[in-house]
Amino acid sequence: MTGVSCPLPIGAYDHVVLGHGSGGRLSADLVERLFVPTLGLDRNAPLEDQATVTLDGGARIAITTDSFVVSPIFFPGGDIGRLAIDGTVNDLAVGGADPRWIAAAFVLEEGLPFADLQRIVASMREACREAEVRLVTGDTKVVERGKGDGIFITTTGVGTVPAGRSLSIAAARPGDRILVSGSLGDHGVAILSVREGIALETELKSDVAPVIGLVRALLAAAPGTRAMRDPTRGGLASATNELAVASNIGVRLVERALPIRDEVRAACEIWGLEPLHLASEGRVMAIVPPQEADRALAAMRAHPLGRDAAIVGECTAEHSGIVSLVSRAGGERIVAMLAGEPLPRIC
Amino acid sequence: MKFIDEYREAATVNQLTSAIAAATTRPWVVMEVCGGQTHSIVRYGLDALLPAGVELVHGPGCPVCVTPLETIDRAHAIAGQPGVILCSFGDMLRVPGSNGDLLSLRARGADVRVVYSPLDALTVAAANPTRQVVFFAIGFETTAPPNAMAIALAKRRGLSNFSALVSHVLVPPAMKSILDSDDNRVQGFLGPGHVCTVMGTSEYGPIAEHYRVPIVVTGFEPVDLLDGMLRCVRQLEAGRADVEIQYGRAVRPEGNAAARAIVEEIFEPCDRGWRGLGTIAMSGLRLRAEHRELDAETRFSVGHIATRESAVCISGRILKGLAKPCDCPAFGTQCTPEAPLGATMVSSEGACSAYYQYGRRKGPAA
Repeated sequence: MTGVSCPLPIGAYDHVVLGHGSGGRLSADLVERLFVPTLGLDRNAPLEDQATVTLDGGARIAITTDSFVVSPIFFPGGDIGRLAIDGTVNDLAVGGADPRWIAAAFVLEEGLPFADLQRIVASMREACREAEVRLVTGDTKVVERGKGDGIFITTTGVGTVPAGRSLSIAAARPGDRILVSGSLGDHGVAILSVREGIALETELKSDVAPVIGLVRALLAAAPGTRAMRDPTRGGLASATNELAVASNIGVRLVERALPIRDEVRAACEIWGLEPLHLASEGRVMAIVPPQEADRALAAMRAHPLGRDAAIVGECTAEHSGIVSLVSRAGGERIVAMLAGEPLPRIC
Repeated sequence: MKFIDEYREAATVNQLTSAIAAATTRPWVVMEVCGGQTHSIVRYGLDALLPAGVELVHGPGCPVCVTPLETIDRAHAIAGQPGVILCSFGDMLRVPGSNGDLLSLRARGADVRVVYSPLDALTVAAANPTRQVVFFAIGFETTAPPNAMAIALAKRRGLSNFSALVSHVLVPPAMKSILDSDDNRVQGFLGPGHVCTVMGTSEYGPIAEHYRVPIVVTGFEPVDLLDGMLRCVRQLEAGRADVEIQYGRAVRPEGNAAARAIVEEIFEPCDRGWRGLGTIAMSGLRLRAEHRELDAETRFSVGHIATRESAVCISGRILKGLAKPCDCPAFGTQCTPEAPLGATMVSSEGACSAYYQYGRRKGPAA
């Protein structure tokens, strides 16, 4: 079975390569082998996309932060501003928090047109309105031409965690069902097709959207929900692999059940990419106990963002720590995390 | 997805595996030549569905895997020179040379760009007239026509800042080399579907006849591969050794005349080193003398770079079908897709990478 126990140092690299930001194995290595020990963090503490902390009075808040460096800054279905709000709001939402406040830091490159910046900031305002969060503070820095890529945005989000709510990527049990709220990889393909200048016959839009409404509907229908994740960088492959390791369970996905648009599948066939490695920005993966799975699915499907929701697999007692997939042809294989950058195959 | 899903249907797959089992009376060893075929077999778990007597071994048909280390070192030497833009297919970027991979070189400041088509490299050359743009032209007969086209167009457009580092390889000499080796086990081939789409099947008749091996030119989807296997087993059982086209929706016996013509115009056969297999006579393509001014090896004086292969890696035995990836002690431990020791781990089409990615850790392909 595939190795999540690679004993190597941080890859074979003694400097940062792009793959360290891919959300796959290299990213995980960088965190586990450099950040955690150097910062003196607790190795056993769960490393989730957000942290929940308890205040002196007993109230709990969730904190998350994320940097956005997407290129191009405008893409079909969204822009870097919307992504910077939704990405952070979604990290809070899937952690079970109610997103409340946002701080935003801008790194602007000398020469960025005001018109572009205006458009991005207006988009952030709209995204905040939709997600019902307030942008309360921020910072701006400008770097010399050539030292940035137009604009980088970092957003930090703070949310409140309702009493009694406890979701954890380590809480899944054998038999739990794995749901996704909609088609996978739309964002990844939308960005790649613009970035690489490859026109598809139909323009695929990024799925970027705030998922807080969908999450609330899901939690109301399935209060026993164990965990949620938004399958962003690294895709469903990373999200399920992290789940399998953290919960010490196996995951079995069913290829036929995966909601993947034909455009995304076709693009992956052409580029030689794995759809399970591609990012979504407005989707939720939820781990739900079996007796609540049908209600959870119905709740997702009743929400405008969840019409294509599906039960795509389940947690197993077998092959703990490993994600497998039953292929369309009937064979079963392992789903590994993305190794480095997704590189298109030669032929 | 039309024209894809019907070739992946479990019902058809089951019918074919039953038919193969029914046709098989004794053990057979069949090699699939192409890396893309290996990838599909492992991705869909097809070898596990075959009856016990039928063994699939993975051939040398991944162009990234067989590109010699010294060619990669030459690419690195070129990319490291000031003012150079090296354009390459994506998966070449992760192939380790003697001093790291092109991704590392890029992280240290070299201008290395991924292109999807060699014609994109021409666009880069036209947009950067003061820079030298080098296209890393590797691949089998499948990538030779577009690469030849890029070179022809560069000449026609007068793009004097464009050149190509050419390391093309050809399938038939590699098949012969495998069949000629003393320890050969291969009794039949699933032939290269896309190579034959370009070249036709005329080169394969003499191989089938001389070595008494059936060659079934096969596609890349699960149903194609199992259908190819069934046809191959039927030939073996009947004592036949013919060239047969399974991949009829793409392959014509005469191939693609226009593609063959442009390859002929730009390239000529030459001896070529293969990573893991060594030098095979007349198994490569190089630029014809009249196009040599576009040869990056000469332009950047890197032809003298000669590198020996690592002794640890068994990719040579894997490429010959004598070993399986999991027979290698380094597989999955010292050697992973993040830090590949050898070529077959590098490309997603390589046998080791396919095994690793799809989770084959133990024993012969089960």
